[in-house]
Parts: sequence; structure tokens; C-alpha cells
Amino acid sequence: MTAAALEPKANMGQPVPRYDAAAKVTGRATYASDMPLDNPAYAFLVTSAIAKGRIDRFDLDDARGVRGVIDIITHENAPKLKETKLFSNGGYAGTTIQPLKSAEIAHDGQIIAVVIAESYEAAREAANRVKVSYTATAPSASFESPGTTTAAAKGQNAQFKEDPEVGDFAKAFDAAEVKLTASYDTPTQHHNPMELFTTSCVWMGDNLVIYEGSQYVYGLKNGVAEQLGIDADKVRVVNPYVGGGFGSRGSMTPRTAIIAGIAKRLSRPVKLVPTRDQGFTIATYRAETRHEIKLGASRDGKLVALRHEGAEISSRPDAYCVGGTKTTTRLYACPNVESLVSIVRADRNTPGFMRSPPEVPYLFALESAMDELAVKLNMDPVELRRINDTTTEPIGGKPYTSRSLMACFDEAAKAFGWSQRTPQARSMSDGDWLVGYGCAATCYPTQMAPSAARVRLQRDGRTRVEIAGHEIGTGAYTVIAQTAAERLGVPLEKVAVFIGDSDLPPAPVAGGSNSTASTCSVVMMVCDQIRQRLFKAVRPSDSLADKAKETVGISPAPSTQATKGDRPLDIEKAFDALGVGVVEEYGEWKPEGAPLDSFKALHAGQPRFVGGHQMKDKIAYAFGAEFVEVRINRFTHEIRCPRLVGAFAAGRIMNPRTARSQLMGGLIWGMSSALLEATEIDERNARYVNDNLADYLVPVNADVPGVEVIMLSEQDDHINPVGAKGLGELANVGTNAAICNAIYHATGQRIRKLPVRLENIEV
Amino acid sequence: MRPFSYQRASDPDMAVRALAAGAANDPLTKAAAQPLAGGTALIDLMKLDVMRPAAIVDINPLAHAWSAIEPGGGSLRLGALARMSDVAAHAEIQRSYPVIADSLKLAASAQLRNMATLGGNVMQRTRCNYFRDVSYENCNKRNPGSGCAAMDGVNRMHAVLGVSDQCIATYPGDFAQALIALDAVVEITGKAGTRGIPFAQLHKAPGSTPEIETTLQPGELISAFSIQGRWPRSVYLKARDRQSYEFALSSAAIALDVQDGTIRDARVALGGVATVPWRAREAEALLKGQKFDEALARRVADAAFADARGRRHNSFKIGLGRRVVARALQQAATMEI
Repeated sequence: MTAAALEPKANMGQPVPRYDAAAKVTGRATYASDMPLDNPAYAFLVTSAIAKGRIDRFDLDDARGVRGVIDIITHENAPKLKETKLFSNGGYAGTTIQPLKSAEIAHDGQIIAVVIAESYEAAREAANRVKVSYTATAPSASFESPGTTTAAAKGQNAQFKEDPEVGDFAKAFDAAEVKLTASYDTPTQHHNPMELFTTSCVWMGDNLVIYEGSQYVYGLKNGVAEQLGIDADKVRVVNPYVGGGFGSRGSMTPRTAIIAGIAKRLSRPVKLVPTRDQGFTIATYRAETRHEIKLGASRDGKLVALRHEGAEISSRPDAYCVGGTKTTTRLYACPNVESLVSIVRADRNTPGFMRSPPEVPYLFALESAMDELAVKLNMDPVELRRINDTTTEPIGGKPYTSRSLMACFDEAAKAFGWSQRTPQARSMSDGDWLVGYGCAATCYPTQMAPSAARVRLQRDGRTRVEIAGHEIGTGAYTVIAQTAAERLGVPLEKVAVFIGDSDLPPAPVAGGSNSTASTCSVVMMVCDQIRQRLFKAVRPSDSLADKAKETVGISPAPSTQATKGDRPLDIEKAFDALGVGVVEEYGEWKPEGAPLDSFKALHAGQPRFVGGHQMKDKIAYAFGAEFVEVRINRFTHEIRCPRLVGAFAAGRIMNPRTARSQLMGGLIWGMSSALLEATEIDERNARYVNDNLADYLVPVNADVPGVEVIMLSEQDDHINPVGAKGLGELANVGTNAAICNAIYHATGQRIRKLPVRLENIEV
Repeated sequence: MRPFSYQRASDPDMAVRALAAGAANDPLTKAAAQPLAGGTALIDLMKLDVMRPAAIVDINPLAHAWSAIEPGGGSLRLGALARMSDVAAHAEIQRSYPVIADSLKLAASAQLRNMATLGGNVMQRTRCNYFRDVSYENCNKRNPGSGCAAMDGVNRMHAVLGVSDQCIATYPGDFAQALIALDAVVEITGKAGTRGIPFAQLHKAPGSTPEIETTLQPGELISAFSIQGRWPRSVYLKARDRQSYEFALSSAAIALDVQDGTIRDARVALGGVATVPWRAREAEALLKGQKFDEALARRVADAAFADARGRRHNSFKIGLGRRVVARALQQAATMEI
């Protein structure tokens, strides 16, 4: 395994330790449910045991008899909440299924009652004693179930605007020298962040404070305010640390406004800590998908035709859709492309973002198919990618701002020892184990969104950065502190960062891997505003803006980045000239090409993303290549993955230590997705069965003995001011296909359905 | 979790009295008083509202008398309150009873093995999701006569041996397979003092009463296990979805006594595939008096699963189980001792 603090290469920041490392390893970091509350009441949820039907009646006598029970809230006495819209339709919610509104049940595990008691234990006991009579009707669980409805995504999901196509696929495929048609399936998966979906609500007069792990404090604040019918400025969301997000906390869930309403009614803080299994149904998940890929190529490996059709499960009322064809149709040079995405509605909770939402299922299909095509062509799969590498995407003909895909393949192949691979399937073994090597491309769109920040500099160099960003474990505190320290030329230890609070200047959702690019770009800009003020005070005659931009290093000690001829600014003199003790600047930044309403939307908790294929005249993605070794036991068919090697290029790497950690976590999660993770659904009743961490398997250390992360030096001046491409969702995209490709190499058996388990192996 | 009383047992008599108090005709699993040892299974099931004891009797104070690990003189005695990790790490157990050491080492996680006791381990209850989730009404084990949701539900982890039309829940443990293979005797302490029963008589297959899991009565405690003889030629092979901290999809505990190339005695026990700790006696019979080869291993493996019955998602366990038995036999036959 590589060192934790990788040596920075060109265009990389320093691998400084995490800003919050000591707080986290000593238990001082306070997560939402750690926040001390004054005399809270405790809430425990009761969730439905059917997926479709209605509640006939509750028998609450037994539950009310539990000592300490304050109230039991059901649809008959719940606080009235206003309707909310799905985030993709201009709202804030991850689902429009609003529980406690009526007796109707729309999915398994829907919230049907909230028990409020003097203690958590009493609330839980009473919840266990709630008796519910239902009239159940047969639900549609998934693709195979009767009663689902299917329609094209285009036209029903506002964020899915096009089925990308170019040229004449049918004709080109028909004429292609080599053809491949294959179908692929991916399973239901749940994020299972360590921190449960807790919520605490405290009213102070008309003002509400919400402590909740969130990836979007401004979205949650505005969304809850809308549901409660109050001014958004009266709501504050606080979460200095978030115990894992992975997309599950990106949009508002129904629980928050319900708890807020109950706290208001009780005039008392209310704290909710749901269980692990409730987390499977009160938040979102990655829906199962199905794919058909058609590839046509010339004998020398050039793609001439590509078609990708995908189908995704969603809930009855909401057209959630990831639509990864936007990426798979643009990844390789191919003149004739066609695609179609459909949404299949079932009686399920509404799915939502889960780490690399579009790319994980769709790249699994495409990168598996590319490997199958390489086998048909009798060609090295790396060479097939090289032959079809491109600097312009084929749909709109736009150039990639930078693309180091093949450099990543070459670096990773070297580190992995790809040249040791004997190409024939089933040609490598070691004792009881069949050995296979496989690889796949990985990529993720580079995205940015408008953001604001406030920075305060004191005479002694102490700096305070305020921005409503989110520390979901990625290293947000650290890279923001590094950005401010570098830009102002102050020592890193003098920078204090405040994030995770909606009273701070707004930042976008910590999703779509935009956070570093967005928050660091605005912090950089506001630091420049401070420098300009200081320079203006000292040297009013210079061409101020230009000079400030060029000159780095406010501190008396010259910065390492100071170019020859720059004189460091005398900070004391500047403060004296300004006649102040503190210089504070606020600023709002938006990426090039952001819409006109960007700043209004920023404060309203509506992110305005720019990036990926939606940029004007260019397309921006981060790339990587992943190589894996799998071993399959001849006797038990157990599948193990002793080595994962990934090489990645993502523009400026702000901190090689935190970046490595994210990429390593991504590789491990990719392995988990390929071999372990699936939420099992009982088709008879559309219920999740393995809804706990003993049965929903994720890897343990023994499963990932060797993970190597390589970061390539890449400079991209066409994306955002810091030059960073998001990499939080880059590494777990290619792994699914890489592992299945390696399994094919080990066994000669092509597996097109995830996760791969020992019963799927026939050796 | 529901309110319960808690008392610490000062001596075995007190523990037995406290556990027998209030016992009606309930099966042991529903007894009003439950013993607490490592707590790694009981506390979970109480949080899930599956077990609702009114009283908890903490038997950890009995550890000074009940946790000895005593190999020697050609036999082995293990106190029921010995921790799994201590037994797994014991050098003499690793030498003379590798099947025991490995079955413990390959179970659960290091943290759980440090807490869990041998007696509690053999008494652990099934991991059937429909049993552990009280929102499912139909579970014959939890609500006798209510039906079995697993039978036609998601049953990949379920049993193929010892099943009935009432229940297919898998016995989840590993250590019990080693005990049943080695003809362990269970020492039971109750009102009338202590008695010994063969380990094979401890668990009961579900039949028409899946709620009755063992032959223990309320007020009875396992105090020790004992094994006659040494079994240095023994292995525990476990196939599972991940490399650690996971229950068996299929496992085999094998012990052989081979003299001059001839198998004098053979023990074959199966885990992860049966409703109770499972001894494949017909399969063993094929081995006795024979010289080992791979064809024999395959015949033994086939015999071990001759009566297996698969359901929709778990039929793979029959083929897997056969291969695990054959491979484990080969490992045992060829091991250097």
C-alpha cells in the first residue's frame, strides 16, 4: 500500500494532515446527534410493514401505557405541512411521498407514526407496542413484477433533457465488421453512512435550529422553511461534521419537517435517532438498473456504432433518474451513437443520489462491453481504449478541457504489472486459486456551482474563513484552510475554518464532486479581495487589481510562490494605513457559464451546476484507469480481490493525502459494489430484507489487502480558478467492470449482473 | 427493548434458581428469565424486540469456576464461560484440536470473539432475516403456527439440511460443528446438579416445533464441554462471501484418525447449510476402513448432501457444500501432523 502522505508532483498542494484529524480521533468532533439539548423529548419512528395499501386503524393503548410516553403522532394528529417539490423540479425534497398525511402507504418502511417520550428507551419500547391494522394490496417490487409502468425519462424528468445521439447508429451497426450485443444488471444499493439519519430540532421563539447531518445546509434550511410555511431566515441548520454522505444527505427527507413540527407543538427540543434498518426506507438509495449495449467496430478496433439503452427503477410519484448515457455516449470516439433511458415505476421509496449516481451503473455496462469487444477482437483491452481515445466528445464535437485517460492506463498498467498477464482466459492460477487480471476506464464530470464566502484577516495573520460548506469526511476543512493560507500567505495553523452552518455564506450541495472546486474558488477570490484592499492602502498608485493578483505573500516571510521581483507586503503598514484592526471581505463567485439567476438561487438553496458535458464549447471530465487482480477458489468459488491499482488525473490535487484517501475509499467501494453490496427485495411484498449491516455486506480490512492509488500530474486552466476537478466520485466508477473483466480472465465466464457471488461462478 | 430486571449470579445455585423462577411451559427461547454471558446475541435480539425477557441473570461472575481450558491426559475440557478468543489462541488446542481452534478463529470478528463465550456461542440463534424482523408476522419460530416467510422469500442464506415445511432457518455458528464432530459431551448444570449429554442431543431440528431449539429447560445452564481423545488431524473449512466477519455459506468440520494409510475413524460435520449443527454419519461410514483418494472424497461429499432440499435462492449450497466437504477431507487427509 502507498504512503498516506504522497509526495506532491507538479500542480499538487502539500499533503498536510487533516484539519480535523485530532478532533476526530479523540472523539471531540461533534456530530448532529452529539449536540447538547436542553431537556429534549425523544422521538422514535414506527414504519410500515407493508409496501402498498392503507392503515385501517392503530391500537395505541399498549404503547400509551409505557411510562414516559408524551404523545404518539400519526396521520390523524400530525402537524400540517405544506407540499414540497422534488429537487429536480425546483424544490428541495428527495421524495414527494409525504408520510403522516393520510392513511395511504406508498412504500415499505414508510413513516406511519412517531412516538415521543421522555427517554429514547421509552420511545422505542412504546414504538414496539404500537399495533397497526392494514389493508394491503399487492405491490410491484421491481423490473420483474406485474403492475410497473415504463416510459422514456426524457419528458418526465426535468434534469434529463436529451437521449444523446449522433450519426446513424442502425446503419453503422448493421455494416460493422465486429458486433457485440450484451445486457447488464446492477442491483439496489444503500449508502449506509456510519452516522444514522438523525435529526434534532430546537425552537427559540419563532426561530428553528436543526441539527442534522446534511450535504446541503442551505437546501435543507429552505426546504424545511417551505414545508413549515415560515421565512427561511428563521431556520438554521448546523452540522460541523457529517458522518458520511455518499449522496444520502443531498436532498431533504420527510423526517426533518415532521420533527420540527412536533418540536413546535411540544415547545420543547425533539431528538430523533432512527435505526439502521429504518435508514433503508426513510432516505434514498441507488435503484437497480438494466442495460443493453450494442457496439460495432472495425476489425482494427475502431468503434463505428454504439448504442446504450438503460432502464431505472423509481417510485410511483417521482421520476428520479440518473441517466448515465450522457457520459457513456461521449467517452470514446464513435461517429454513430444512439441511446435511450427509461424509468420504470414501482411501489418503492424514491431513489436518489448515491456516489457517482449515473456513472456507476452505466460505466459498468459500457466498460464491460468494451472488454467483451476486446476479447472478440483478440486485442489487449488497454489498446482498444487507446485506439478509441479522443480529445473531442462525439455527440457535440466539443473538446475535452483535458483528458489523461491513456496516461492513467499506462501508469496504472506499469504499477500493476499488466505485462505479466497472459491474455488467454483461464490461463493463470496459483495453487487453489484461479487468477485473473482486469481493467477498466473510470471518469466523472468536472462540476462547479456558485458559492459565497467570508474571510477575515487580523494583523497577526490570524484568518477566519466562513462558508456553509460540508465536511462529509472528504477533507473540506483542510483544503479550504490550505487555499486561504496559500492565497493570503499566512501560516496554515493561523487559519480557522467554519463550515456546516446555514448562518454562514452559502455554498452548494456537497454533491456531484463540486465542493472543492466551488468552495476553494470562492475562498481564493475573497482572499484576493482582501489583498487588494491591503495593497490599495499601501500603494494606491499601482495598478491595483493586477498587482494584487500577481503578488503572493502578505506575511513578512516570503511565500514559496512569490515570484522574483515581488516585494512582500508589509502587513502592519497596510493595517495602519487602513486604520483598522481587521480586514473582512465577503464575496460571491460563480463559474463561467452559470445562469443569470445563480446568486439568487445560491441563497435559496438551489444549486446551479456548470460542468461536464453542459459547458459551452467544451466538456470537462476527470479520468482514471483501474486494474484489479481477482482470485477465485477452485473448490469454494469464493472470489477475492487482493489487489486494486488505480491511476487518476483530476487537475490540481489540492492535498495528495486527502485526495488519496478519497480515491482509495472509492476503489474499495467499487470492489464492494462488484462483489458484496446488494439490497435484497422480497418480490412478494416489495420489502427490503437485508436491511442491516450484518447482512448488507461491505468489505472488511481482510478483503482489501492491497490498494494502490497513483495520482498523475495534470494542469487544466479551462475549468475553474483553482484548476481542480472533483475526484470524490471518480474512483468507484470503473471498479465494477474491472472486476468482472478480471473474473472473465480468471474463469472464461462473463458475468453481467452485479454483485458477483460465488454461486454465479461455474468453474 | 422492554424493561427487565437484572441480577448477577453469585454462584451456580443462585443462577439456576433465578433462571428457573417463573418458568411455565414456555420453550427456553421464550423463558421469562434469560442468562447473560457475552451478550453478543441476546442483547441484539432484545433491541430488535425478538426476545423480551422479564429478567436477565448475569452469569459472568461464574467465570472463575466455568472458564477453564483444560487439555491433557488425552482429553479436553472447556468451561462454558471461556471466551472464544482465549480458546482459539490456546497453543495446545491449536496442536491437538485444530478443528476447534479454526472454527473459533474463523467466526465473527476479533471484538466479538473477545466478548462471546463458548456456551453462548453454541446457543446463538438463527440469522434468518424474517425471524429477526418482528414486522413479519409469519415466523413459526417466533410466532408458532404463523407460517414461514422465508420459505418462498429471500432465502439465499437458508438451510438445505434438517429443514421442515415449518422452518428453513440456518443454525449460524461454527464452533458447534467442531463439537458435534468430536462427539463432545455437554455438561449441564441444573436444579438436580450436573449431568452430561452428547452434544448431538443439544439442538433440535425444527420439525413441527421450530420454536423449540434445544433440549435445555429453563433453569439449566451449559457449564462445560468435554471431548475424549486428541484430534490433531482435523480441519475446519469455511466458505463465505467475505474474508472475515461473516457467517458460513457452507462449512465443514472434519476429523480423521488415519493409521498406516487407512482411515480408522472419520468425523464429518456441516455448517451454514443445516438447521442445527449437522453430523453426516452416513458419509462418515463410507470413509471408515478405506484409504483416502479424491474419488472417495467425492462419494462422501455426495452422501453428506443426499437428503438436501434446496429452495429458490439457496440450491447452490448443495453443490457448494459437496465441494467444501471434499476439499476439507483432502486437507485433513494430507495435513502434516
